[in-house]
Amino acid sequence: MKSTALNQTHRLQGAKMVEFAGYDMPVQYSDGMLKEHEWTRQGNVGIFDVSHMGQFFIEGVDVVKFLSTITPTDFSLSQNFQAKYTVLTNEDGGIIDDLIITKINDQKFFIVLNAGCKEKDANWIRKNLANNLKFEELTERSLIAIQGQKAQEVLSKLLANSSNLADLAYMHLGFFKLKSGQEIFVSRTGYTGEDGFEVSIENNLVEKFWLDLSAHSEVKPIGLGARDSLRLEMGYPLYGHDLDDSTSVVEAGISWVISKTNTGFIGAKRVLNEKTNGVKRKRMGVKLLDRGVAREGCEVRKDGKKIGVLTSGGFSPTLKISIGQGYFDPLQVKIGDQVSVVIRDREINAEISSINFVEAKTKAIKK
Amino acid sequence: MKYTKDHEWVKIEGDTATIGITQYAAEALGELVYVELPKIGNKYNKHDAFAVVESSKSASDVYIPVAGEVVAVNDNLNSAPELINNSTYQDGWIAKVKFTNLEDLSEAMDEAEYKKYLQSK
Repeated sequence: MKSTALNQTHRLQGAKMVEFAGYDMPVQYSDGMLKEHEWTRQGNVGIFDVSHMGQFFIEGVDVVKFLSTITPTDFSLSQNFQAKYTVLTNEDGGIIDDLIITKINDQKFFIVLNAGCKEKDANWIRKNLANNLKFEELTERSLIAIQGQKAQEVLSKLLANSSNLADLAYMHLGFFKLKSGQEIFVSRTGYTGEDGFEVSIENNLVEKFWLDLSAHSEVKPIGLGARDSLRLEMGYPLYGHDLDDSTSVVEAGISWVISKTNTGFIGAKRVLNEKTNGVKRKRMGVKLLDRGVAREGCEVRKDGKKIGVLTSGGFSPTLKISIGQGYFDPLQVKIGDQVSVVIRDREINAEISSINFVEAKTKAIKK
Repeated sequence: MKYTKDHEWVKIEGDTATIGITQYAAEALGELVYVELPKIGNKYNKHDAFAVVESSKSASDVYIPVAGEVVAVNDNLNSAPELINNSTYQDGWIAKVKFTNLEDLSEAMDEAEYKKYLQSK
């Protein structure tokens, strides 16, 4: 099993380790998932080791054109240092992975993609890569998410005095210097719905950085368990569960990743057709009305008839009720509909809901 | 109080057994978010799954260590399932069962034996 540079540190901090996407990762620390979730959501700062995710640079003269081929996004519209959430599409218009692509300049982009898809994505990109482009994995770098309303306050204390983190807009990256002078990449991004940052830092600096963050009373390390419940409350999809090679961005309800000016991406035929003519299944939220915990794979029924299954589910610590998401026929099912979720052979009352169960507190884009 | 290999605890008073899950089980599950209680009047054989405890992480069956009929359930767990984590052996009880045969508990452990059992795991 692979491990991140912080493996021993997690163990010393009381983490319970599990296998995730081939990595030995902390699922929770001694406080447990619920308290870790609340800590992050309710005004403090959670730090997450997400170094298992893939970090890459892609560079070359025609890189903008290439990225607009492998994703539905037109990167000629991006400003320098702007980060965009998008997907890699296959020839059938399905989603190979969802990822963040940040423009450094016209010829260089920074990519962060899912751990479980790293090999698949890299193979796909290399297979399609134009000769004059360079695509390399940044294996010497770790990735730390710092999430919560006090994230800026805490991270600022670790940066060189001259840096002004407040100027970094949501979905933008900046190169910042630590007090010790070493450079880190800071993106105002995350997957919790809280304001916060994702910091790319060299492996040999990450332990000190993590411990320096941990030394603040507002900061606690958070495991993958709470990371999942935080993203589920926001309705963010998790690849391999809510998205896969057969789902399109239109079905997934993330068709905003498609730029109007990009009609030539791989798989565009199906995707653009669905955008115009609609889809037979669409990702929607499901909220339990009675007690019970809905989980991935649970059947959803309307008037006693199966209408779909949950692709994700769990307990929302904020709403104190179970929530989930799944794909349903938009002609048959709409928000507010009364349905039931089958848990251990019992139908539990539920309703179709907006997928963002909790309002995001991410900073509004400045420009 | 007696303890089982499946990490339930049992307290016998007269012909009634009060049943819960042990501290070890509660900690392994993490903070509980839902408990599915049995119905009063339900009858179970020894080792039947008679309740379910769920944390954000997972759901686990609770096995009844003595055969019998459920005579009371801890309704407080409906609104506060975390009682099992915070008051495991007092307010975190799950159900009371009128048992038919105390022999069912012949393999259950006392506290010292259970501690030894946990260390051996």
